[in-house]
Amino acid sequence: MVSLKIVWNIFSKDLRIEWRNRETLASMCVFGLLIVFLFNFAFEGAREETLRLLPSVLWVAIAFAGVLGFNRSFASERDNACLEGMTLAPVDPSLIFLGKMLANLVFLGVAEVVMVFAAALWYNISFLPALGQLVLIAFFGTLGYAALGTIFGAIAANTRMREVMLTVLQFPIAFWILMLSIDSTSGALRGNPSGNWLGGVARVAGISLVFTIASFLLFEYVLEE
Amino acid sequence: MKKKFPISVHLALTLAALFVALYMIFLYAPEEMTMGEVQRIFYIHVPAAWTALLGFIIIFVSSIVYLWKRSQFADELASSTAEVGFIFCTSVLVTGPLWAKPAWGIWWTWDARLTLTFLLWLLYVAYLMLRNYLINPARAANLCAVVGVIGFVDVIIDYMAIRWWRTQHPQPVIGGGPNSGLDPRMLATLLVSWVAFVFLFFLLLRVRLGLAQMRRELGDIRHILAFRASED
Amino acid sequence: MPLAKQTSNLMLETRSLTKFFGDLAALKEVSLSLRRGESAFLYGPNGAGKTTLLRMLTSLARPSSGQVLFDGRDIERDGTQAKASIGFVSHTTFLYGELTVRENLQFFGKLFGLNSLERKIDAALDLFNMRERSAVYVRDLSRGLQQRAALARAFLHDPDFVLLDEPFTGLDSQSVKNLETLLRQLPEQGRALLFSTHDFEQGAALAERLIALKAGRVRYDGPLAIAPFKSLGIVRTAEQEADG
Repeated sequence: MVSLKIVWNIFSKDLRIEWRNRETLASMCVFGLLIVFLFNFAFEGAREETLRLLPSVLWVAIAFAGVLGFNRSFASERDNACLEGMTLAPVDPSLIFLGKMLANLVFLGVAEVVMVFAAALWYNISFLPALGQLVLIAFFGTLGYAALGTIFGAIAANTRMREVMLTVLQFPIAFWILMLSIDSTSGALRGNPSGNWLGGVARVAGISLVFTIASFLLFEYVLEE
Repeated sequence: MKKKFPISVHLALTLAALFVALYMIFLYAPEEMTMGEVQRIFYIHVPAAWTALLGFIIIFVSSIVYLWKRSQFADELASSTAEVGFIFCTSVLVTGPLWAKPAWGIWWTWDARLTLTFLLWLLYVAYLMLRNYLINPARAANLCAVVGVIGFVDVIIDYMAIRWWRTQHPQPVIGGGPNSGLDPRMLATLLVSWVAFVFLFFLLLRVRLGLAQMRRELGDIRHILAFRASED
Repeated sequence: MPLAKQTSNLMLETRSLTKFFGDLAALKEVSLSLRRGESAFLYGPNGAGKTTLLRMLTSLARPSSGQVLFDGRDIERDGTQAKASIGFVSHTTFLYGELTVRENLQFFGKLFGLNSLERKIDAALDLFNMRERSAVYVRDLSRGLQQRAALARAFLHDPDFVLLDEPFTGLDSQSVKNLETLLRQLPEQGRALLFSTHDFEQGAALAERLIALKAGRVRYDGPLAIAPFKSLGIVRTAEQEADG
């Protein structure tokens, strides 16, 4: 119970700061929309082709918007060494991780909704028939991606050229989360031609959970000096 | 360890092993039928790949040991291994296209093994970049160890995921894989070459570790001098 | 003060603390102890290791070797008690610029699991005359006011052990006097105080014990009045300061 309160305290603090300046969400959404728009313009093609390309476009947009958000998430912590300020309190470091990760998850989730909505509109594709499946894929894919982004964001905050460092850490390691999410999304949009849709979701979920648990366990070492 | 196995002996053994490996690669191993002479690069390419993987396993183990025991040696071992392993991994990526172009007619293909090597190379790059971009040296060991552990988790996931991926996206089969019916002399050459690479790997690692130790001692000496100066 | 505080006088003890920064030892073999009701002045030139030492005492930095014991417990193994009892002010304020002073104190107070939080926040704000500025965003405050907010954060959970790294930075003369008065009261309340300031006379007026650091080692640890100032390279400006 006490732990939940602490996670909520950290999470709601991030939400409150975001509500004040709306910088993170605004930049994530605009950036994501730009990518979706650019690809839409570049790939004017047949419907079959669009269906093949759209999942990649969306997940690439999510990946870049995410990195943007994770960097911002630790910018406010870094300014006055607030991450250290939190560790001065008698609080388990993994709770700090959970609070930050949940906030990142929510921000990226909101940006995803905006991007998907725009994609449905501009690419003229309905996501509704496979909505349940897509929500599952998006949830698990985003969970693992946000978990890695949270621990790598905290690591990159200690470096020069933070933005570059976060990208260099995040993309190779989150590679399969993205690839398998693209694959499952593509299957879902095409009505699961391979039949076994649950397997694809399970793989995304499995990899995401492994990375989430690993990040959760290792986060305390990131805060230490 | 130093007394039992001096570095000069290590160097001599490495040179001997490399010489034997060279002999076997060019004179002992039979010519491959479809690919011809160019296939001999295989004896460099594959052992380098194995060694690069071995390097990341060492990074993983020493990262765990560091986080557990805070041993400075484990940290120095991890960072030294990353630099040496990176060289081997890079040589895999260089020899790959050199072999692929004459054999398959293309410089690059995203086949399972090359993809894995490329991802491994990216991990090495990320690890080394992190080492060099950190602002606060007191945090370097911890942060790199964390990346070393997550990186290795990623290597394992790579090996599983590439199978799922390839079963869903069948690749055109280009050429016969080197595993199809390997001649015993080819296998012997491969293994000897690998032994030579491992000797070379550990030789470079020892030299790099020695450098790390000298740096630390130099830091100590500087500190003592600063302290003496302040006592006057 | 609760009775438990009188049971053991020794509050903090360090055993041959050493800290490496990469290849460089920033602190070497530092052994100190601090009792309840004691205040000590940590003095040394830039780069002597003052900040490093304070960061290790607050468990922000982990020693490369050696131990920090708080109430007899190794803070590396069990730091909860120590963290709940330590108030720390550093070069950085540990405050969110995008939150108001009160919101910051609410956030950190909840992390410390404090009861009747609003009352404690008001008390901490009053200590540094920050009540009427409690609704201002921290980023809109001047450096001196931010420092006062940081002090309020450090005193929020009523710490038994107060660690202050250059606490007078940016404060106006009225706030400096106010803080000095507050620091003098701490030992009487059974608390321990360890602080650093670059102004030797200011520090000398606040503590009876001097801990002089240089190049990562303790050069002197004892009564301030009889410290070998000359060999420590300390030039005292006014003799009457020492008498008073």
